[in-house]
Amino acid sequence: MTMHAQIQPAPQFGETPFTRKKRRNEKIAQGIFAVMVACIVIPLFLIVGYLIKEGVSLISWEFLTTNPTGGMRKGGIWSALLGTFWLVGTSLCISAPIGVLAAVYLNEYAKDNWFNRVVNLAVVNLAGVPSIVHALFGLGAFVLFAGMGRSIIAASLTLAIMTMPVIIASTKEALAAVPRQFREACWNVGATKWQTIWRIVLPNSISGILTGVILQVSRTAGETAPIMFTGAVFYRKIEEGNLFAYGLGDQCMALSMHLFTVTTQVTNAPHALPFAIATVLLAFVLLVNLTAILFRSWLRSRKKW
Amino acid sequence: MVTPKVQVENLRLSYGSKEVIHGISFDIEPNEILGIIGPAQSGKTSLLRCINRTMEFTAGTKMSGTIRVDGEDTAKMRDVYGLRRRIGMVAPLPVGLPLSIYDNVAFAPRAAGMNNKSELSALVEKCLRQAALWDEVKDRLDSLGTKLSGGQQQRLTIARALSHSPEILCLDEFSIAIDPVTTMRIEDVLKELKKDMTIILVTNLVQQARRLAARTMFMWNGEIIELGPTEQLFGDNPKDKRTHDYVNGIFG
Repeated sequence: MTMHAQIQPAPQFGETPFTRKKRRNEKIAQGIFAVMVACIVIPLFLIVGYLIKEGVSLISWEFLTTNPTGGMRKGGIWSALLGTFWLVGTSLCISAPIGVLAAVYLNEYAKDNWFNRVVNLAVVNLAGVPSIVHALFGLGAFVLFAGMGRSIIAASLTLAIMTMPVIIASTKEALAAVPRQFREACWNVGATKWQTIWRIVLPNSISGILTGVILQVSRTAGETAPIMFTGAVFYRKIEEGNLFAYGLGDQCMALSMHLFTVTTQVTNAPHALPFAIATVLLAFVLLVNLTAILFRSWLRSRKKW
Repeated sequence: MVTPKVQVENLRLSYGSKEVIHGISFDIEPNEILGIIGPAQSGKTSLLRCINRTMEFTAGTKMSGTIRVDGEDTAKMRDVYGLRRRIGMVAPLPVGLPLSIYDNVAFAPRAAGMNNKSELSALVEKCLRQAALWDEVKDRLDSLGTKLSGGQQQRLTIARALSHSPEILCLDEFSIAIDPVTTMRIEDVLKELKKDMTIILVTNLVQQARRLAARTMFMWNGEIIELGPTEQLFGDNPKDKRTHDYVNGIFG
């Protein structure tokens, strides 16, 4: 019969317009995401590649370990490199413990009432305040009011104030990612909140907490505005080869500030100098991040769920 | 007359403006197994969390009425951690803490300040045996509790609940992640444990209540519909028709 040929069903796993459309959409979606990744990665490689290409001729061990000379046109960047090291280290020593502990309080202890909601809102908003505003606050509060003068400690405190809200926010996220059942299981057997936090919550969120702190290292190293008013200077000569050549009360040079100075204030500086400084700054951040990332992946390999 | 182990008097509980337990009162006798049955949302789990006062950790809850353990008002107890150690709690879904099997069971005794190694090991073994898990894990006590299968994790949870030698054991649908054979083994354990402790057995398997409980309570929508000898609830003539319908599976 002719009818029979017409109603023969399509093979069960054959292609239909619907499956073709699904496959096409899948390809489009994947393509868009891949292009977006390329939009991020390609400029990054171009920037880094350009910096290294232009600056590599100057970089040597001597460049890293000697003070700038000849009106910053010759010599190395020792005092700026060590200054950045001290600023980042000191500010992190202040902001990381305070930020992490504050986040533990906000996430684990604070009750959900209007006051704590205001505090949380304030933290989120502080994280979005421009760094130059933090700089002015640091100038008023630490340099002038507290009488620290322009010094490493004043600059570090300013940087710490700047990074703390972000550390609080990211730490809270990491803590909130620990399943609530773990906490309830601990409370059910009569553990205090502190025992629960110390033995269960913190060990399982430490890698997330570290991620937040790591990101702030990069930010601290790169910021110029907050330290310009509070502790960084154009030029300063320090003892070469001594890691403790700076004291907390001293003014210091910093890589980000030095880069700014060399590019805009110093005439006839060698063409490669700013590129070399930028490369060192990048390498410094990368080195700190790499250490932290290795530490974190070691922690993650011991992760338990 | 013996003091009831747990006395609940006119307990009301609300989440925000929604009241979920509407003033219930009942007693639990020492060394009995009280079965609690009832559909979802009837307030069974909330009731258990009120007894060990972990309800306090949930924001926006309001509780009124009194709960007494051994005649002492729990709301007035100053050592709430001590209260929680007297009550073992097993949740419906297994929660293996992200620690080794050994540490999972030793967590509570350690939190209570017990540090003697040999005592701890003996206790861990005893609790794992009681939870019918020892034979399966005795060679790998150092491996992670969270890597166990669901059923094993649930027994680990039971071992943990027993690790602080509770006087009252609350089992909240403990068997939904466990196979029937293991369930039977644990039910046998519960019959043994009854000698030492009072057991509150919340269960969706009405036959489990029938097998184990001397008295059963049927809760529905935050109220006690019927509380009495198990055989009465499961018999042909419970006091309330809804009980009959529920235990025979013709509710609704």
